[in-house]
Amino acid sequence: MTGQGIAQIVVYLLVLVGLGYPLGLYMARVYAPAFRVRWLGGVENGFYRLVRAERSREQDWKSYSKSVLVFSILFFGLLYAIQRLQGQLFLNPDHLPGVQSHIALNTTASFVTNTNWQYYGGEYTMSYLSQMAGLAVQQFVSAGVGMAVLAAVIRGLSRRSSQELGNFWVDLYRSLTYILLPLALLLGLILLSQGVPQTFAGHATAHTLEGTVQTIARGPVALMIAIKQLGTNGGGFYNSNSAVPFENPNGLTNFLEVVSILLIPAAQVFMFGKMVLARRHAWMVFSAMFVVFVVGIAIALPSEQHGSQVLRSSGVNITQGHGQSGGNMSDKEVRFGIANTALWATATTEASNGSVDGGHDALTSYGGAVPLVNMFFGEVIFGGVGSGLYGMFFYIVIAVFIAGLMVGRTPEYLGKKIEARQIKYAAIGALFVPTMVLIMAAVSVVTKSGLESIFNPGAHGFTEALYAYTSQSNNNGSAFAGYGATSFSASFGTVALILGRFAPLLAALALAGSLAGKKVAPVSAGTFRTDGPTFVVLLVGVIILTAGLMIFPALTLGPIVEGLSH
Amino acid sequence: MLRDLRSSAIAVVVLTLVFGLAIPALFTGFAQVAFSSQADGSLIKVNGQVVGSRLAAQAFTKPKYFHERPSATAPPYNAGATTFANLGPTNPDLAKNVRKAALAVLRLERPYNPGLRIGDIPVDAVTTSGSGIDPAVSPAYAQLQARRVAAVRHLPLGTVQQLISDNTDGRSLGFLGEPAVNVLELNLALDRQAA
Repeated sequence: MTGQGIAQIVVYLLVLVGLGYPLGLYMARVYAPAFRVRWLGGVENGFYRLVRAERSREQDWKSYSKSVLVFSILFFGLLYAIQRLQGQLFLNPDHLPGVQSHIALNTTASFVTNTNWQYYGGEYTMSYLSQMAGLAVQQFVSAGVGMAVLAAVIRGLSRRSSQELGNFWVDLYRSLTYILLPLALLLGLILLSQGVPQTFAGHATAHTLEGTVQTIARGPVALMIAIKQLGTNGGGFYNSNSAVPFENPNGLTNFLEVVSILLIPAAQVFMFGKMVLARRHAWMVFSAMFVVFVVGIAIALPSEQHGSQVLRSSGVNITQGHGQSGGNMSDKEVRFGIANTALWATATTEASNGSVDGGHDALTSYGGAVPLVNMFFGEVIFGGVGSGLYGMFFYIVIAVFIAGLMVGRTPEYLGKKIEARQIKYAAIGALFVPTMVLIMAAVSVVTKSGLESIFNPGAHGFTEALYAYTSQSNNNGSAFAGYGATSFSASFGTVALILGRFAPLLAALALAGSLAGKKVAPVSAGTFRTDGPTFVVLLVGVIILTAGLMIFPALTLGPIVEGLSH
Repeated sequence: MLRDLRSSAIAVVVLTLVFGLAIPALFTGFAQVAFSSQADGSLIKVNGQVVGSRLAAQAFTKPKYFHERPSATAPPYNAGATTFANLGPTNPDLAKNVRKAALAVLRLERPYNPGLRIGDIPVDAVTTSGSGIDPAVSPAYAQLQARRVAAVRHLPLGTVQQLISDNTDGRSLGFLGEPAVNVLELNLALDRQAA
């Protein structure tokens, strides 16, 4: 670890805040009912007419949820069909056959839920049509759905004595057109200029200097990679994701891609502060996220620089300096080195992004434990676009509740009384997924069909299985990629993907719906203040107590026992 | 319910047509005009024939060339099927592979570099890359290979070292990423030198 590596990380954090803050304020404006862009107003109205949505007709939480679910289910059908039929369809210059049914099903669930877990290698499995008109569309849309739901949840927190949370079609359209698309075009353009391909021509064939023939996969990559990074999707065009030079050619693209992972989630915290008129509180939420982020990096980076057991005992030179970055270079790229790969691994699991610029299976024991724990927290440290912050609300409600118990009065959040019903929704939201992960990981390591997926021997193999279900259930998508696709793991994973997306999503909408109808109580001397450092400490404590303690026993069986061995 | 179904069905079609076909098609059209070389995969042509891409490693086995990092793809350096090796930090197979790679480096370089010990080998020389087609080696690994290439090609060591430095991509904007030596471009530069 050098000053240079730390400097890159500090600059990263500064840029994240510097870009996230103004973007958040802009996004708050976009979701306001009165928002209009004069020269695009006609297009917007045209869309509402097409889908027969009445802009002014707002929905309560049940109606909003229904629109989300029906919309997601229909898209599910289309995406599955495209993959299965790609062999007969256009934009398939390399003549790839239809995708196998269990892989297509898992992939469909994976992309509709904003997860992008990949049991396939993109460049040799998916036609350009599947990548571009199937998967990449979901990368826009599933992100848009998450952002829409967050906007609705925030309205629930800010409104008084109301039942309505907003109109799903309006929130979806605005997330897509006024936030995701312009950012994706801008990032796509920069990536393209740096060498990320964008073509409809099939693979290139090269005759190498030593006389062999090399196949070079390419396609419509740049725009997909842009939205993959911005929409906390993570599903790459290539199997090795952003480790592949065609997705991520140099230090600049790597920096922009890793900024993009957390940009919208960080902006959403500031957006929230503006929408509920509680900016100081938003800064405290941001601080809590920031603290956990820095702790994660502070563990992952030195661990990777220290190197793996195998490399340390191999005798080769793993010391940083003299023309190399040293450390654990297994499954890492030279142009990124240790600092950038550790930063990426931490960021991608704090958001529900799951893209990688190096292989996670080859991370050191503790370097790999950081992403695992990040995901297990429910990806609330900035988190997925939308899903991160609405996931954080569960913890916030629980934190406020615990504070209320300590002083012996009914807890309030943003002036609204937190009662049994809200606690129930928050508890479901916070505990459903971790419980499911532990059960699924347990089943997958005690059944014969589950064990077939494991690639590495020993404790690391257990970590692979735990990681797989943590990642899919929390809609992350990164992998200890040795964990293999079988019809069992793909189907089991499909269940994790779907429940992991929609259980918390519905709990968040229900929580918001139940809060929207409440009156706002005036602040008194006994009100627990959510805009000071005490709140940050309490919030981080609650995250560690609820999710942290749940995963700790499993951690001891996986990364910790591995880390202690030689 | 029926209302949601109808709205969703239309939205699914409209969004797929716009975000899945129209926008990518326009973007691709623009890319082909404005950045045609990058858009097609940064291919390198020699005498009109494609010899590779500056963004993909290719197999080098001859002693007159700089060699790439190990690759986990099948066959190695397959730019049509990228992959990690996925071997965990305590996996005995990883230990075996690293040992094998280190011995191969020693065997190849020692004739030109008699004092070479295993502790002189930089870690990227014996580890697989993330993509399997990492187009670069660390400056340290390039320096280690320089004596061999210079000797085989009967070039002064200084010339080879100069070519290494010419083909090193520094950190972007001076501080982002790590310095990396592009092996294909370096080898092409050597061939040009000879010609």
